[in-house]
Amino acid sequence: MVARLRELSYAQAIQEAMALAMEADERVFLMGEDIGVYGGAFQVTGDLVNRFGEERVMDTPISELGGAGVAVGAAVTGMRPIFEFQFSDFATLAMEQIVNQAAKMRFMLGGAVSVPVVMRFPAGSGTGAAAQHSQSLEAWLGHVPGLKVIQPATPHDAKGMLLAAIEDPDPVMIFEHKLLYKMKGSVPEGHYTVPIGKAEIRREGRYLTVVATSIMVHKALEAAKALEGEGIDVEVVDLRTVRPMDRETVIDSVKKTSRLLTVYEGVKTLGIGAEVSAMIAESDAFDFLDAPIVRLGGAETPIPYNPELERATVPQVPDIVAAARDLVRGAR
Amino acid sequence: MATRASAGAAEAGANLPFLYRHHDKDALKEALYKMHLIRLFEEGAEESYMRGLIHGTMHLSIGQEASAVGICLPLTDDDQITSTHRGHGHSIAKGADVARMFAEFFGKTTGYCRGRGGSMHIADVSKGNLGANGIVGGGIPIAVGAALSAKQLKNCKVVVCFFGDGANNEGAFHEALNMAAIWKLPVVFVCENNQYGMSTSAERSTAVKDIAERAAAYSMPGVIVNGNVLSDVAEASHQAVQRARAGEGPTLIESKTYRYRGHSKSDRNRYRTKDEIEDWMTNRDPIALYEAELKALGIFGQDEIDVVRAAAAKEIAAGIEFAKESPSPETTDLEQYVYTEPA
Repeated sequence: MVARLRELSYAQAIQEAMALAMEADERVFLMGEDIGVYGGAFQVTGDLVNRFGEERVMDTPISELGGAGVAVGAAVTGMRPIFEFQFSDFATLAMEQIVNQAAKMRFMLGGAVSVPVVMRFPAGSGTGAAAQHSQSLEAWLGHVPGLKVIQPATPHDAKGMLLAAIEDPDPVMIFEHKLLYKMKGSVPEGHYTVPIGKAEIRREGRYLTVVATSIMVHKALEAAKALEGEGIDVEVVDLRTVRPMDRETVIDSVKKTSRLLTVYEGVKTLGIGAEVSAMIAESDAFDFLDAPIVRLGGAETPIPYNPELERATVPQVPDIVAAARDLVRGAR
Repeated sequence: MATRASAGAAEAGANLPFLYRHHDKDALKEALYKMHLIRLFEEGAEESYMRGLIHGTMHLSIGQEASAVGICLPLTDDDQITSTHRGHGHSIAKGADVARMFAEFFGKTTGYCRGRGGSMHIADVSKGNLGANGIVGGGIPIAVGAALSAKQLKNCKVVVCFFGDGANNEGAFHEALNMAAIWKLPVVFVCENNQYGMSTSAERSTAVKDIAERAAAYSMPGVIVNGNVLSDVAEASHQAVQRARAGEGPTLIESKTYRYRGHSKSDRNRYRTKDEIEDWMTNRDPIALYEAELKALGIFGQDEIDVVRAAAAKEIAAGIEFAKESPSPETTDLEQYVYTEPA
């Protein structure tokens, strides 16, 4: 039977995933700052506290390090915690527990435990919140073996990947772009999962592969549409998972189009685009390249407050259009 | 204010210290055996290190045996602990097999962590030891999380969280104690104050005189105990574990003790005097104090004590042999255990 589709926002889709998981499994519970009666800084948990009570929708003190550690401890002892960071930037306060404990505990103990914790990170710029509330730190965590790092770009994937994350025995970090929370899309009712580690081709094309993450997927699709009229046929790959990265889908796409542009919001240097580029350079897709690989990433600066400066910090649709046009027309 | 547990002397109406009122002869012998096993394990590990059989580094707990054994005395196998970089004693006190511990130190597949963890990550999840930790204070929030699980799963487990005097100045300590208190979780925080965080004395690093005073900031009992007197440690642990199991919330126990060896293998002992070390070893040794008490109370004679020690020595020797003979992991299995393998 095909599940009925409805229009839900990205935030509603996440909330629905959490509610479904909590209904199905009493080990699943939520922790985070102001996720109870307040409903979360971005209203993602909303009124879940009314449905599930304070024991399962737990407001924590403002203690990111301790809170993340409590979630890790609960995960290794039989619970399935979902820990919400108010902003992904606050991961910096909890890096010890994420990097040294959650990621390594199974390995250090020779497989004696699993750490089924989910951590949610509202990420990205565009809200005028300036340098300490706008970062995209997914590449930091993507650098740590033991973690899985995902960036769903649509309401459909947000729900399906979160459900996959909750069922995953290992720690999964979800980066949710704040500007996506209100975006609507069709979402099936009921339970379904979208696999972690699988990229998705959002649009097929012949002349250029754009590998994009999170909100950049939508900007890339917009750019691809604008380029249609010029006869530039762009393929858009939504990477969806930073670790473990889907090599096959990206490599096959580049073999087909012979050109690669990566678009991501995190700082360009040493970012996700560097990894995707290197992956192609090291693979047999390298022989298929007709042009140098190009990366479009965040500027080498903290996120500024001024809205024009803020927009200029991260790739925008015209930047993608220009880069794609140059690549396909051989200007690069 | 922190309270001081009875100093091992008789309480009103009872002629015997706590330990001898609450535990039978077998349990007293088992406690003595474990204290010897810890000391001999540490000496065996040190010797194996000197002989190049163990690489890396290690943090020995010689001198702290009463603290580990006394705290774990009221725990069941289902109760859990989190431990520290100086965690060999905790592991043995919680029931680990020394052969598998040695095998881990030797980097062998038969080790508790299949050679992936070594001394600093020694664990025995089957007996409730969730693991030592290489990060000072790293295990404290994890213990609180385990206690949260116990509360939510209603399984009556108690979690003991070991850490040292150094950890009480980490943010994790304060965040974790606060959460344990507001949620009334079944956890016992045990600060083994051996007086030095590497080279820096607690006096130089910590604003309060007694770390147990910090309990007041989190509205939980703070108990100071002589960590070298087994009965005193066991009594404090018994009360705190009972309180935790009854749902009355956490306790902070400060177990004042001393490590004879350096912080790790690179320590040149420049921050303390030989006289100070000598004084602790001669006058306050936890094993000697316990044995003297056992003899004074007429529970065991020297002969029986010698038999206990010899049995522990035999187990240690067999453990080292087991470790030597065990196979090493294959380098082709390098990435094993990073993620959970699909069933």
